[in-house]
Amino acid sequence: MKLSRKIEEYFFKALMILSASFILVILAIIIYTVFEKGIRSMSWEMVTQIPEGGYYYGKGGGILNAILGSLTLAFGATILAFFLGLPVALYINVFLIRHKKLVGLIRFLLDLVWGIPSIVYGAFGFSLMVFFGLQTSLLAGMLTVSLFILPIMIRSMDEILRTVPIGLQEAAYALGSNKSETAFRIFTRQSVSGIVTAVLLSFGRAIGDAASVLFTAGYTDNLPNSLLEPVATLPLSIFFQLASPVPEVQARAYASALVLTLIILLASLFSRGLGKRYHKTKINF
Amino acid sequence: MFVLNRQQRHIVNTTWMIIGLIVVAFLPFLLFLGLYLKSFLLLHDYSILDLIFSKVWRPSKGQFGFYPFIVGSVWVTILAMLISAPVCLLTAIYVTQYTRKWVLRIMHPAIDILAGIPSVVYGLWGILVIVPFISEHLGPWFGVKTMGYSIMAAAFVLSIMIIPFILNILIEIFRAIPAELKESALSLGATPWQTIKHVLVRKALPGIIAAFGFGLARAFGETMAVLMVVGNVVQLPRDVFDPGYTLPALIANNYGEVLSIPKYDSALMFAAFLLLAVSLFFNLVMHFFIVKYNRF
Amino acid sequence: MDDLMKIQVRDLNVFAGKNHILKDVNIDIPKNKITVIMGPSGCGKTTLLKCLNRLTDLYPELKVSGQIMIDDNNILDAREDIYKLRQQMGLLSQRPYPLPMTIYNNIAYALKLRGIRKRREINRLTVQYLRQASLWDEIRTRLREPASRLSIGQQQRLCLARGLAVNPEIILADEPTSALDPISSQFIEETFFKLKQDYTLVLVTHILRQARRLADHVVFMYLGDVIEQGSVSDVFDNPEMEKTRQYLKGTFN
Repeated sequence: MKLSRKIEEYFFKALMILSASFILVILAIIIYTVFEKGIRSMSWEMVTQIPEGGYYYGKGGGILNAILGSLTLAFGATILAFFLGLPVALYINVFLIRHKKLVGLIRFLLDLVWGIPSIVYGAFGFSLMVFFGLQTSLLAGMLTVSLFILPIMIRSMDEILRTVPIGLQEAAYALGSNKSETAFRIFTRQSVSGIVTAVLLSFGRAIGDAASVLFTAGYTDNLPNSLLEPVATLPLSIFFQLASPVPEVQARAYASALVLTLIILLASLFSRGLGKRYHKTKINF
Repeated sequence: MFVLNRQQRHIVNTTWMIIGLIVVAFLPFLLFLGLYLKSFLLLHDYSILDLIFSKVWRPSKGQFGFYPFIVGSVWVTILAMLISAPVCLLTAIYVTQYTRKWVLRIMHPAIDILAGIPSVVYGLWGILVIVPFISEHLGPWFGVKTMGYSIMAAAFVLSIMIIPFILNILIEIFRAIPAELKESALSLGATPWQTIKHVLVRKALPGIIAAFGFGLARAFGETMAVLMVVGNVVQLPRDVFDPGYTLPALIANNYGEVLSIPKYDSALMFAAFLLLAVSLFFNLVMHFFIVKYNRF
Repeated sequence: MDDLMKIQVRDLNVFAGKNHILKDVNIDIPKNKITVIMGPSGCGKTTLLKCLNRLTDLYPELKVSGQIMIDDNNILDAREDIYKLRQQMGLLSQRPYPLPMTIYNNIAYALKLRGIRKRREINRLTVQYLRQASLWDEIRTRLREPASRLSIGQQQRLCLARGLAVNPEIILADEPTSALDPISSQFIEETFFKLKQDYTLVLVTHILRQARRLADHVVFMYLGDVIEQGSVSDVFDNPEMEKTRQYLKGTFN
């Protein structure tokens, strides 16, 4: 090999290793920062109390309002998206199997919607609320976020449903099943782990997003107690605490960030665990 | 399940599915139309070109120039891509061509975690780590005095955020290249890197461009993390160390005052409309690009 | 309509785009006998089988025309209730496709499709069909296990039991033993013999010996045409057509 080629070879290899390590190192830095700063300011009080008056200026309390608020909102949004999304994913893969062009069109539309930034949904949700004269509320937040995660959920489920072999469909039809039985009883069971992953992935996106709840869910220091009242969310809670001039409050923001990150990581771990549990009836083709 | 017979259940299920399908299919159009209508008030009084290119933003005086925000968004996005794209490409190549399978198994959870971290937390990390880094080290190194809250900070944070997204697509693409292609090139005496440079990358090029395109679209619409570190100053940044303002940040920061100033809400909806249009446009173009050049 | 003929295929043509896969196929399939459809790969035998229970509906590229009469009903008629129709036939594919459920539920699913709801009935019939498929003894204690845990040979027998559970009159089998080991294959073949009394079997195979062993009636196809059909002794011992002779001698692939 010529010397210049050898140098080129080594140069790029070094560059590549650098890139890959860069990513891992940055990840490590992020995790370290979040955990280190977060744990220092973490306290039992933080996760069990709601903010007292003046919390953002240094008084006592915690972020229970945001924790429960986020969980409720994300949970509701995920359920809504699930009930609308699973049927669509099944429809595409079972009912429309003959109509390849139509399926292609729908997947294309899904791809389009998938890329839309969450703030667009937030703005849209907000204008709808203004139009109907509604106040910010848990319900409005749930609806907006569910619209946002709907394409994500459908896409993930679609990926898994696509892998079901046509022989299984044939076997089901050969027994005399109709299309919805094949879809809801057989496809779902075969793809349980994939569906669980899709749901939890969407949940993670739902709870972590700020832009879609910013205008629609409002904010409050109270625990969520009604669908029609504003609700606190963790991302916004973090943001408001960071904006405080008081250093102690800023430090609490780090702890809040840790809480949010932990919830999402837990959801992700959970999805792998649950998936394995339902794995046993899945047939490996 | 309960009292319905097979036939009836079939009808209920099918109706439910079709309703869902209609919602999903009409969603992009609904968003487009809705936001357009809301911005209509603004468009009634000003032309689109005026709005996009004028530089003055004083809503209380009825001056709505979106140019600074557009420029801010563009700078941040392009800079983020400049950082992220090569890193992702090199990593994807390394991980799929040069290493054993176990490295990929480490990368996957790492990518998943990066993808799962919410926007706010990235912003927070940006404030804690990146902003001081820029004001204390990077800025002075270039001889610039900066608060740290800048285009550069936003670009850097953003670049990390879009890495998992682009990297996943690139890894898929490179994995899909049949091994025979690489083998036949190598058997001609080419070195691994030459093979990659001339053969593999060429084959994967449409996919690579598409991945970058999608990453770009994603970066353009990112709100929270950028908002927290970009400085939020309405101006045309002179260099990357200047603070700036992006379209999503504009909407997020000001929606509270929307009802007090006339036409302000329309203006913000117009910003959202612009974002939607850019995102849809990019997705459309990338889609056709893939379809047209997919000779696989 | 001939009393002895269960299925009569008339002028069946199948196109996949420009490809003429089945050309003017005319076949008679006798009742309560094993009919073997054989021929080299690509001759259309699997497509023919799929026409019989209209699985061709799943493939938009296939255009089917002609008549398939089963007991005076033309099943290709669009007005037919396709789900009831399919329950008249049991399908055994090349690869076993057990449903992603427990062994018990695989059979129970088929029974429920038939309208059987009572737990006692389901239990009784499950045992009956598993016995018929020669699987009962091996799995009698494992009914609540996932079907995925069975060996391939057992899975195939489970699929057979499941196919029987819809109470069909006809059993369609597409190279059912090609994925199995010799012992499992033997099980399946023996079961087919026993089933002959109560069911009409249509079996597609490329294994000449299997055809010889099992068939009462043989249909030989080549590139979409039916070359010859008749009783097994007629076709195997005194083939009329040259192509048949060549195939039997092994000069095809």
